[in-house]
Amino acid sequence: MAKRDRLSGNEAVAIALRQINPDVFPAFPITPSTEIPQYFASFAANGEVDTEFIPVESEHSSMSAAIGASAAGARALTATSSCGLAYMWEELYIAASNRLPLALALVNRALSGPININCDHSDSMGARDSGWIQMYAENNQEAYDNMVQAFRISEHKDVKLPIMICQDGFITSHAVENIELLEDNEVRSFVGEYEPENYLLNPECPMAVGPYSVTDYYMEAKRNQAEGMRHVEQVVLDVAKEFAELSGREYGLFEAYRLDDAERAVVMIGSAAGTTKDAIDRLREKGEKVGLLKIRLYRPFPAEAIADALKNVKAIAVMDRAEGYTNHGGPLGADVMAALFRARSTALATNIIYGLGGRDVRVEDMEQVFEDLQVMIDQDDAGETYRYMGLRE
Amino acid sequence: MSNHTEIRWHGRGGQGAKTAALLLADVAFQTGKYVQGFPEYGPERMGAPITAYNRISDTVIRAHSNIYDPQYVVVVDESLLETVDVTSGLKEDGAILINTDRPKEEIIPHLKGYRGSVYTIDAKKISMAALGKYFPNTPLLAAIVKVAQIMEKDTFLREMRASFHHKFANKPEVIEGNMKALEMAFEEVH
Repeated sequence: MAKRDRLSGNEAVAIALRQINPDVFPAFPITPSTEIPQYFASFAANGEVDTEFIPVESEHSSMSAAIGASAAGARALTATSSCGLAYMWEELYIAASNRLPLALALVNRALSGPININCDHSDSMGARDSGWIQMYAENNQEAYDNMVQAFRISEHKDVKLPIMICQDGFITSHAVENIELLEDNEVRSFVGEYEPENYLLNPECPMAVGPYSVTDYYMEAKRNQAEGMRHVEQVVLDVAKEFAELSGREYGLFEAYRLDDAERAVVMIGSAAGTTKDAIDRLREKGEKVGLLKIRLYRPFPAEAIADALKNVKAIAVMDRAEGYTNHGGPLGADVMAALFRARSTALATNIIYGLGGRDVRVEDMEQVFEDLQVMIDQDDAGETYRYMGLRE
Repeated sequence: MSNHTEIRWHGRGGQGAKTAALLLADVAFQTGKYVQGFPEYGPERMGAPITAYNRISDTVIRAHSNIYDPQYVVVVDESLLETVDVTSGLKEDGAILINTDRPKEEIIPHLKGYRGSVYTIDAKKISMAALGKYFPNTPLLAAIVKVAQIMEKDTFLREMRASFHHKFANKPEVIEGNMKALEMAFEEVH
């Protein structure tokens, strides 16, 4: 039975982790993700979980310890934000290339500088090519639901890759909102026991993890790693289907909101999608054909499905909550544009940088974006394909 | 249009404006509402101005923006009247609630011509009398529940007692003082 509750995004993820009862959770605190290990430390101290909770001295160590635990055959995870993720950089690649299932609860926060504690996606976007699966949430409910599904995806025998479960710092991590929780036993049986095929602490089958690879083998190793990524989309859909049977809440690779007959669409990630839905409903009441494609799975990038969902749209604004410093847009913009190009799309598309360092996104801002898309259609010209929203002159 | 209330809190870091907003979300949730309670942080330090927000609604809340046109504003620290535009966007058919020991007539000239309702409460006096310490957020929480007619007094007190039992599980001795502060505030806001 579902339990109605009201929780912040951090509490929601911490509760999901309590229900999952992982084997090892090493952690080092950083705003705004600190509450996740903080709540979890109480669960561990109160004996509500069997987890080995390890307070370490840095994020370099928390990810290293999670990697060691996963290599040994344990179900492990950690949590961080911003500079903490940056300090894990080397380990992110080691986790992925060693095909180690583990999870990272990431609470998105801007990277310095200027130093800033608020939300944007510059931290996780920087890690988009590290070989991790990345999933994003609009609200506390999605952060919780994604966390519950995380290990099923990461540990799947066809995948065996680490997974980053992202939510927007402060905007969802510190906002108390309504939520429906699953029962502890429902989560535990959904996630199941972790039974690794190969692991270091198995005397029957000795193995090495992380050895040197000569040039002769390195490229094949990387291609094998990509093979795991190729299975992720299907596994995400299969796990989501099972999760829907349990919870009644349906998830896909992305969410299409009023997109079927839309002529103008926004593509974006995270909490501003909820605000955009309010803008869409307002405009729909006036008869305007506008819609949203909200990314859930960002790595791997479901390019074909996204291009297909956008195939009847005339004008698209891809919204990036991170700079790319390419002089022509951000990372999501580049991914969506490439997907549209390969699908031979004739849509007009622009890429908008927004919300950096927590800059607020209002319903009116998103109404303006849809208005700008109409101008693009009227003039049959995408105009500036790399713009900023909400920038003060 | 369904019933939808938006409240903005102005306080200083350490005074509990965020906690009050979260408690308000908590107690409104108990009456079956959809709720949001969230802070907006500036620099992380004691004494810096902070803002917190509440949305309370009969329908699902999806917007994740700050609140610019609230029905209600709560000022936890009256020194902010000099430095923060507390009535910005505040609806004229709404109200502002200010924590002060000064008479309303002295406060109104600082409200930039705001023509809606003005309520004051001496949260310090109440807090000192009920708790022996200065925690302005508890009296202000009760006062805004009354001013914004979020719920009946009896329901509010019942839900807050349950909430305090949970929140103060490790120090039950403070529960009665907090309950007294809530009851006094309900009577003394005007």
